[in-house]
Amino acid sequence: MESVGLIPVLAVSAVLFVTGIAGVLTRKNALIVFMSVELMLNAVNLSFVAFARQFGTVDGMIYAVFVMAVAAAEAAVGLALVILLFRNRMTVKLDDLDIMKG
Amino acid sequence: MFEAVFFYLFSLFAIVSGVGVVTMRNPIASALSLVICFFFLAADYALLGAHFVAVIQILVYAGAIMVLFIFVIMLLNLRHGDHLTFNDIGPRGVVGMATAGLFAIGLFTALGQLPETLPAPVGAEYGTIAMIGRALFEGPYLLPFETVSALLTVAVVGAVVLAKKEI
Repeated sequence: MESVGLIPVLAVSAVLFVTGIAGVLTRKNALIVFMSVELMLNAVNLSFVAFARQFGTVDGMIYAVFVMAVAAAEAAVGLALVILLFRNRMTVKLDDLDIMKG
Repeated sequence: MFEAVFFYLFSLFAIVSGVGVVTMRNPIASALSLVICFFFLAADYALLGAHFVAVIQILVYAGAIMVLFIFVIMLLNLRHGDHLTFNDIGPRGVVGMATAGLFAIGLFTALGQLPETLPAPVGAEYGTIAMIGRALFEGPYLLPFETVSALLTVAVVGAVVLAKKEI
């Protein structure tokens, strides 16, 4: 994509990443926090693919595929934790989970 | 020319649906918004020449991972999310938005210092399964690839151990 270049793609990636950060820091529902983390991972993937295109190498795409594999593993374990949490506490609101508070 | 128009269009939709993920009240609406965001990101990947990554994005992310998310949301029957209204966003929300804003300033400052360079020319083979497969199985990424398979096995076993009532 010669007509766009690297910097607009990185700007889109940055906007998506910041949106994900805002979601992680402001939402209280554990599932939506999880989805915001997935959004951040995707923003980073977009950067990887953009840099791969910029340098004409395959490495960035390989890293994007690895990030997707790690995201799949994270989603499986994380959603199992959410189910366990809901079964024991009947809530997924993160504000109610202050058992570790000193 | 058309590539640029399509890129900005797809990116705009991706950003709008990404903001939707964070602002929607209903978790299901959030999850569907995230699926839409993933589809438009896949379109961006295809425009960037990463065809294999675009297909995997739709198969693995929009297909497998988001089905898992929606399945869990429906299983838990979370009809009432945390009602995010801008009246009761609270000090925590303000601090969160301020942190995100600071991060955005940092990112865009760094972005402004990048030199504008033209992308390297690539052949017709760029981004195909053949190119990625050779790098994964013949190149330096063979060991990381096998490690990822072990990671996925550990994750599946861990998820079953966590979510099962009695083993």
